[in-house]
Amino acid sequence: MVPRSFAVTRTRQDTRDTATLWLEAVDGAPLAFQPGQFTMLHAYGVGEVPVSISGDPADGGVLQHTIRDVGSVSHALATAESGARLGVRGPFGVGWEVGTARGHDVVIVAGGIGLAPLRPAVLEICADRAAYGEITLLYGARTPAERLFTDELSRWAAERGVAVHVTVDRGDESWRGQVGLVTGLVDRAVFRPALTTVLVCGPEVMMRHTAAAFLDRGVAPSDIRVSMERNMKCGIGLCGHCQLRELFICQDGPVLGYGLVASLLTQAEL
Amino acid sequence: MDVLAGRGYSVIGPVVKDGAIDYGPVSKVSDLPVDWGDEQAPGSYRLRRRDDGMLFGYANGAQSVKPVFFPASEVIWRGLRDDAGTVEPRREEHEVGPYAVLGVRSCDLHALGIHDTVLLGRRFADASYAVRRADAFVVAVSCSDPAGTCFCVSMGTGPRPMAGRGAPFDLAMTEILDAAGHRFLVEAASERGVEVLREVGGRIADDRDRADAASVAESAAGRMGRTMDTAGLKDLLYGSADSPMWDEVATRCLSCSNCTMVCPTCFCTDVQDITDLTGDSVQRERVWDSCFDSQHSYLHGGSVRRTTKARYRQWMTHKLASWIDQFGTSGCVGCGRCIAWCPAGIDITEQAAVLRKEALTHADDRRGAT
Amino acid sequence: MRTIAEELPDHPFFAGLGSDALALVAGCAVNVHARPGEYLFREGESADSFFVIHEGRVALEMRRPTGAAVLDTAEQGEVLGWSWLVPPYRWTFDGRAVEHVRAVRFDGGCLREKCAADPELGYALLQRIVRVMSSRLHSARVRLLDLYGAS
Repeated sequence: MVPRSFAVTRTRQDTRDTATLWLEAVDGAPLAFQPGQFTMLHAYGVGEVPVSISGDPADGGVLQHTIRDVGSVSHALATAESGARLGVRGPFGVGWEVGTARGHDVVIVAGGIGLAPLRPAVLEICADRAAYGEITLLYGARTPAERLFTDELSRWAAERGVAVHVTVDRGDESWRGQVGLVTGLVDRAVFRPALTTVLVCGPEVMMRHTAAAFLDRGVAPSDIRVSMERNMKCGIGLCGHCQLRELFICQDGPVLGYGLVASLLTQAEL
Repeated sequence: MDVLAGRGYSVIGPVVKDGAIDYGPVSKVSDLPVDWGDEQAPGSYRLRRRDDGMLFGYANGAQSVKPVFFPASEVIWRGLRDDAGTVEPRREEHEVGPYAVLGVRSCDLHALGIHDTVLLGRRFADASYAVRRADAFVVAVSCSDPAGTCFCVSMGTGPRPMAGRGAPFDLAMTEILDAAGHRFLVEAASERGVEVLREVGGRIADDRDRADAASVAESAAGRMGRTMDTAGLKDLLYGSADSPMWDEVATRCLSCSNCTMVCPTCFCTDVQDITDLTGDSVQRERVWDSCFDSQHSYLHGGSVRRTTKARYRQWMTHKLASWIDQFGTSGCVGCGRCIAWCPAGIDITEQAAVLRKEALTHADDRRGAT
Repeated sequence: MRTIAEELPDHPFFAGLGSDALALVAGCAVNVHARPGEYLFREGESADSFFVIHEGRVALEMRRPTGAAVLDTAEQGEVLGWSWLVPPYRWTFDGRAVEHVRAVRFDGGCLREKCAADPELGYALLQRIVRVMSSRLHSARVRLLDLYGAS
């Protein structure tokens, strides 16, 4: 598969190591996507990595990616300047399928950079807010300075009827919020366990503990969706790298019902 | 070979190369492994001389036809940086084929069918494979001399090619050598197969010929070197993730990935992005990869499958179990190559038997058998 | 205005504790308030208090040359402080009110005496304290993994 060329039209430094890019296709054709999907983003001469789409699904003309600088390819992407050309393949994967939660309460639990793939889901819900019940966003970040999308978090809370609760692993003197694990916020969420969909994205340990917390409260495993991550090379189910036993994370996921992965996550080195 | 070449095919067939049977271009009978047989055992492969003139008197070689349609290395796209400084990738066009593959064993035919499913029959197709596979003419050949490592009968993939099982083929041959002489029964399984057969000529087969061919296959079926009990194998493997068998086999496995290199159904690949020093010319190559590679499952500063134990378990569980959920059949065709070409002589049929014995022992324990 | 003993049963920490036991411990308690920024206790001070938080948030801080790090927070419905049970009875952190705090402060010495005199009460209190400690230890351990940090 050959990448499509996209030009960076705008950049924003979100935190010390994370940046958001706005991309537009050189050939002008919009890239329609579902919340939770990803693209294979290519920095010519450096390499290619899977990155979740963090933009508004209603705005297909602009592709938005929030990238954390953790390696040579993500460094090239996170430091790309306006005008730079990047290669894009996708969108790929099974997303959050937000529409299936209409009429339900939705609890969205984000850990660290995990808020980026969940942002499109929040935007889709907010665009049709009346179709959903109670909406809660629980967000755990490393420190106050490493929180993403802080302006939007306030706006979602003030204008969209989203109950937003934030905690950090460690605070500083100016931090007036909660300190502790994101699972410590679960008691603040208002939801009807039998009519709730939980969307979770973050490090695997965090997703496991969060899922356990909601299972304890009577949410069915199939109503908890996690976004799994494995090594990806092709993104299209052909290279075999992203397999988690019989699941191809790039095709059967990355979003999967917790019931499908729960037993797989307890095995070491699977 | 002449008829196929005359019809524009690049004819590929078995040849003797570097002390083993391999596939290469063939144009005359003497190119084929005439009077060559093989002896295979765990960690051992040897050619042996025959004296009866058999053309296909061996079991199989180091590779199946996999490299013909799915080469070990292939450029997918290239890009050059233009004056404006931008790189525009262009798909690499491969001017190859059409291929005619001569002498495909039934096990390898099933493997080819599996690759058709994996690489062509899902959401995204492998474009390079599609190009090479298009219009390929397949001449399958029944097995007459299975090796000590063979177990195609257990896997339901041989020894005789059958229409509708495995990849479609155009012609299937059975080499018969007995008191009545040295001859080939050739069955056409496609329209162009019929055309080629007409052009090649020969006598229309009678019931006697068919019976002779059938007995070759029956005899081969009765001389399998190994067996694999496939009943409930998927659940057995899924349930054996914590078996001590994995620890034991890991003391012998070198994680060298030979098995995956010779396996006709393995399909894992890596993509390598290669540039020149200036970064002005970029190309992406698709290369064979292996789940035994320590970086195969690399994620965030470490690999998920860090130990040989985990990687051997991944390979065997995928091949015999997960494959069934993913693609509807077992991933193993019983060709035995992984056994012969393993430097440690590890035998997948033996390892499966260990798991089965363990499961039976546990079942007995639970029933309180004394 | 309800008395301390009347309000304690609403607090999750005291759920299941009989009214006699509540009345007993209430005898060790006073109401306290703290404005945002005010310290309830400081590292190294004699730790003779156990706080039950009815409203607000308290940050547990560690002083550093480059500024304080907040390593935990205790909110409405939670409790704070077990150093009153562990010799040498000294606070190991600073406790600063982040929002206006309304809490009940139990005198540590008084509680220790009551627990010694009434082992059943002592065991009931210790069971609850251990649950709090376990939860905080788990939280601290998982945060040690620095899951959101660069690998």
